[in-house]
Amino acid sequence: MALRKVKGNLERMFDKNLTDLVRGIRNNKDNEGKYIAQCMDEIKAELRQENFAVKANAVAKLTYLQMLGYDISWAGFNIVEVMSSSKFTYKRIGYLAASQCFHQDTEVVMLTTNMIRKDLNGQNMYDAGTALTGLACFISADLARDLANDVMTLLSSTKPYLRKKAVLLLYKVFLKFPEALRPAFPRLKEKLEDPDPGVQSAAVNVICELARKNPKNYLSLAPVFFKLMTSSTNNWMLIKIIKLFGALTPLEPRLGKKLIEPLTNLIHSTSAMSLLYECINTVIAVLISISSGMPNHNASIQLCVQKLRILIEDSDQNLKYLGLLAMGRILGPHPKAVQPHKDLVLACLDDKDESIRIRALDLLYGMVSKKTVMEIVRRLMTHMDRAEGTFYRDELLQKIIQICSQNNYQYITNFEWYISVLVELCRMESSQHGALIAAQLMDVAIRVGAVREFTVGQMALLLENAHLLLGPAAANSSIAEVLFAAAWICGEFAHLLPNARNTLEAIVRGRLWSVAGHIQAVIVHNLVKLFIRIVVTAEEEDDADMINEVTALLEERLATWSSSADLEVQERAVFALQLVCLVRDKRAAGLKLGPELALLTAGELNPVAPKAQKKVPVPDGLDLDAWMNAPPSESEGSGDEDLLSGGDLFFRSEEPPSPSVGRKNRKAQHISEEDIMQRRAARLQEQANNPYYMKTTSNRSSTRSSPKTSLANLNVDEIPMQAIELDVPLTIPGMTSLSKYEMVDGDGDNKKLRHKKSKKRSKRKNLALSSSEEEEAPAPLVINTDAEMPEGAIVSDDDDRDNRPLDDPHRALDIDLDSPLSPTEVLPVLHHREAPAAPKLKRSSKPASSTVDAAKSKTKKDKSRKSKKKEKNGDLLGSEQKEMALDIGASVTDSKPKPYANGVDGKKTHDDIEFWLSTSDPVEQPPEAEPENAPAAADATQKSKATKKSSKEPKKEKKSKETSKKVSKKSSRKSELNLPLVDGAPSSDLRTPEGVDRRDYEVANGHHASNATPDRHKLLAEDSAVAVSWRARPAADGLKQIRLSLSFSVSSQLSDSMTDIRLVRLHLPDTSSLALTRVNATSSDIDLERALLSPGAPVKKALTVEVQDATVPHKLRGALYYSLNGGSERVLPLKFEVSVLCCLSGAGASREAFSELVSSGALTARSAFTTSCPDISFEQLLRVLCGDGSFGVVERVQNTASLYAASLSGHHVCLLTKLKDSGGVCVDGKASDGTLLANALDVLRAALTAAP
Amino acid sequence: MYDIRFILIQNRAGKTRLAKWYMNFDDDEKQKLIEEVHAVVTVRDAKHTNFVEKFICIAGISRLQKLQFRNFKIVYRRYAGLYFCICVDIADNNLIYLEAIHNFVEVLNEYFHNVCELDLVFNFYKVYSVVDEMFLAGEIRETSQTKVLKQLLMLNSLE
Repeated sequence: MALRKVKGNLERMFDKNLTDLVRGIRNNKDNEGKYIAQCMDEIKAELRQENFAVKANAVAKLTYLQMLGYDISWAGFNIVEVMSSSKFTYKRIGYLAASQCFHQDTEVVMLTTNMIRKDLNGQNMYDAGTALTGLACFISADLARDLANDVMTLLSSTKPYLRKKAVLLLYKVFLKFPEALRPAFPRLKEKLEDPDPGVQSAAVNVICELARKNPKNYLSLAPVFFKLMTSSTNNWMLIKIIKLFGALTPLEPRLGKKLIEPLTNLIHSTSAMSLLYECINTVIAVLISISSGMPNHNASIQLCVQKLRILIEDSDQNLKYLGLLAMGRILGPHPKAVQPHKDLVLACLDDKDESIRIRALDLLYGMVSKKTVMEIVRRLMTHMDRAEGTFYRDELLQKIIQICSQNNYQYITNFEWYISVLVELCRMESSQHGALIAAQLMDVAIRVGAVREFTVGQMALLLENAHLLLGPAAANSSIAEVLFAAAWICGEFAHLLPNARNTLEAIVRGRLWSVAGHIQAVIVHNLVKLFIRIVVTAEEEDDADMINEVTALLEERLATWSSSADLEVQERAVFALQLVCLVRDKRAAGLKLGPELALLTAGELNPVAPKAQKKVPVPDGLDLDAWMNAPPSESEGSGDEDLLSGGDLFFRSEEPPSPSVGRKNRKAQHISEEDIMQRRAARLQEQANNPYYMKTTSNRSSTRSSPKTSLANLNVDEIPMQAIELDVPLTIPGMTSLSKYEMVDGDGDNKKLRHKKSKKRSKRKNLALSSSEEEEAPAPLVINTDAEMPEGAIVSDDDDRDNRPLDDPHRALDIDLDSPLSPTEVLPVLHHREAPAAPKLKRSSKPASSTVDAAKSKTKKDKSRKSKKKEKNGDLLGSEQKEMALDIGASVTDSKPKPYANGVDGKKTHDDIEFWLSTSDPVEQPPEAEPENAPAAADATQKSKATKKSSKEPKKEKKSKETSKKVSKKSSRKSELNLPLVDGAPSSDLRTPEGVDRRDYEVANGHHASNATPDRHKLLAEDSAVAVSWRARPAADGLKQIRLSLSFSVSSQLSDSMTDIRLVRLHLPDTSSLALTRVNATSSDIDLERALLSPGAPVKKALTVEVQDATVPHKLRGALYYSLNGGSERVLPLKFEVSVLCCLSGAGASREAFSELVSSGALTARSAFTTSCPDISFEQLLRVLCGDGSFGVVERVQNTASLYAASLSGHHVCLLTKLKDSGGVCVDGKASDGTLLANALDVLRAALTAAP
Repeated sequence: MYDIRFILIQNRAGKTRLAKWYMNFDDDEKQKLIEEVHAVVTVRDAKHTNFVEKFICIAGISRLQKLQFRNFKIVYRRYAGLYFCICVDIADNNLIYLEAIHNFVEVLNEYFHNVCELDLVFNFYKVYSVVDEMFLAGEIRETSQTKVLKQLLMLNSLE
């Protein structure tokens, strides 16, 4: 025993470690399997030992082998054992192995629940981290349910490392255990505002992923994400958010309108290609979702197209590819924007990479127009000649047909050209799209009457030269399908054939029995039609020889087909043969069958709508589900089987059918001819009655008589074979060629006319070299677009349902997240742990400035390091890599996301998506954010420069942050302390200033009084005698009125001070939005009672004006009539510009009310501007801003102040203004109405610019 | 379903140097996928894009179809003799994953001090821990190289 132990220890010394294993495998390249089998045995032995180190080593080796593709599932239990080790090194090996080979259905996973819980809750953060990582790989529904609560607990860990992992893991938990989503969501949402950018970004990731799959439930989060988008500088996160918006916009077009502006800004400013690309994609999604026109739509589209062009022109293949891809998305809704870039796309067709060429082809599809289609197709055809590889050539062929046939041949003006293209395409070697070409040929021939004759002529030529198509390459192509179309067209439209007999002879002499059965069947069938045609015309012309010759020829040739191995061919050939014999016999008896035969092929053929069959209404009283006959009883089973197995109605044979011709022939004799004819008659009768059967002939059965000839006298061997000349001409005489269209293409003015040919001309068979012939007016091209449908049925799209597979886990996550949580909705808790699920909604927003600083210094370090490293560049990196054209700034990812400038966050706002969206305001994005959103440029030097810049900027920001923090702190404190205030009277009073005693506020307002100048009139108009100045303030009574106070004085330009000036009247008509309160309501004049105006004694007049809309500026025009020295009246025109500031009053500002207001979330609109006012003092600045008392100062800290104003219409405007050391002035505004804010800021900016 | 379906590192001969699966495949499917990725990626050269979108997976096709995983694509990058491939949703942003790969390689380079293929072979479990630090549950978890490296050094010190 002891000896064994010693021996075991000794062996252990020689155990292979992982490195040995790797090396061993490398050294045993020749017999790797054997070596590994040997290793596996060793590992199995090691796993049986007690020593944890040995076990862990064995598991590590297993993990390596697993990676190489060897099965290690048998070691599941051992892996769990190693996972449970208390030593981190082993634990990690265990978890790695588990994450590599366990999955949700692995049975041992069930054993791990408690162990993982212990690790998650352990003291060691790396234990928990490892457990989270592992869990992400093998979480099962049970684990998710049992551990959801523990993961949730980690969300509030003090370590960002764990919070981040826990947030991401939640996503997996939701997928496996959807019930966790609702209770956990509030906490997850909180993490969007986590102080750690990594956690924040993880939360964004998870919510974005959830939302992309079920966007409608996450619409209410749009404001939060919008805020993040406009404030974050982390490109990785931005991309996620922007992608999310791309998924949300289709549901809410208003959101799209809001997004356009910030996205456009990003597109302008960013240098990271990945971000640019994502922005463009989302802008495209927005543009698709907004159906009605927005004025700056075109600008956005143009911008996108322009940027995409840059991508496509880039030498980087990836950018080129993505550019084309995105361009394709714009193409759908806005083809006009893309079409100008046709040249670029065509150039991409020459690219070396096939995937780029194919993307370019996709684009071309939408770029054609009537004018360009010929040119584009011509270029594609030349590409086809050059294309190596059949795949791409087939792709080209398919594209050409798609391009031409789109929208019912919308772009085709010349169908002869199109037919020529199709004929040309038939010559392409080894194409797989023969059926496609055939379908096109038939479609055009049927639906475009004007080009039918031409088509028939071409098809006849094609049939005559069928041997060219059926060259040696035909075997692996489907080009023979074209013969199907050719035969059918020639048969159906035989009356248009230039020489039906030639065609018929060409068909029967061609080597056509080598083509597929269904093609032969159609050929045989159409021989009948041709034959009928020939007989009918010959009888009219009394050309008996012709009939006899053709009959003889057919009799001889059809015999071959009537012994074909293909049933369909055989059937049709026999039928045809009988008909021919019938004609021969009848004619021999002196009868003329012409009219009867003609009836066989009479009738016009109409296209049938693709859905016609589905739309056939079920007649009354017909139950499709009912049994037609009583269901067969069990006992009858055998008889039934017999019937089924012998279901072949014509041939009842014991032996399986074989393709032997002779045998078929013999078998055919078993059935009596009469039988066949009867059955056929019945079937044809049925077909005749069926309106949906393609009827090429009518009354076929009626002309039928019993056949006299028997099939028995046919012998294949006796059929004389005619030698076929095989000299292959390079061009088929008479066969259309594209070259003539190309010629015409090149020659300018009259090309349009030439392309279109009249019916008359196309009657001639040979159209080549016709370009010099007379030009006739283009025949209108009629494309028959109506397809037959059952009566009363309408062509419509069928229901489009959610086509996600039933087992898509995201179906289960389609959960409404906006409805409040019920108390029962908590995560399942095992043991005694407290449920943290109750959504307390308390904010942890304390962006301690120390953290900010730390983050900043870290950023700096990072960057210097990064640039150093760039120079160094290891051998793996440096050797051959392309230059990184796309720099998502890894450099910016460390930097702290810029907090929202005001530090104010209205939770209510975010909940009320409707409100947020309704205040859609184009100037929402603070222009300040732009330079910071631009990440560092590509090369290292630029990067370091940018680093300096971006690290400087936040410092400047800090001041404002601090101030705003104070405001927000105060506000939050206030709302916590005095909750009734938020919901109660004062705040609602603030919203409706009507009837509020303003003194209540003024008591608290210390700054206001000192700042507002009581009476400042502005000069409005002046002439040589009179000057008018004015002032407009809100009327005190709180109605929607402003008081215009006018002051008339003697002009300073007046030379003679003794002039007698009398004011006569004031002409002030109402406008649509401004109405004066008048004494005399009928007149728009205000009598000034000829008041005497003397120097130093101005005459004052106050008017009350009702304002309809206080959020926009108004203009009021009028005139002052006065007289000088009793003379005639003189006129001074007046133009009042009533800005929005006139409707604002800063009187209501108090600190408490202000902070409440800011925190209440009522202020949804946001806007800001910066301007530079050198040499302005802060006092001067405030004076300009507060102007006429329109704003009141709420609080002032050094060079920062918050201002408040209430509008007549009950809106609130809050401003945060700061004067920077550099002389820059920054005004940041929030208001309950966006228009008002924008207009107010415009006026203020103008005032600041004009300020001295 | 997840952003990233799997991450693969292969050499030119098709030897797997790392395979991280974020979706459940059985062993056969994994091997098939590895082979296919190798087949489509190695034939491409510098003139080609770094994306393979028409990536048709023969492996367990019925199951994959059922789960709608046909609509994924491969974003790859070649560094010396190694191909770094990430398989993602067809609708995802290609560039961000190219970027993620590069970020990952830069971290590896820093971590192993001029990384070469042998580093990955002999320290394969360390490579996995790098992956785990940067990606989790099919999502890009950490993009800051400094933070990742810091955590990795901490983990090393625990050994």
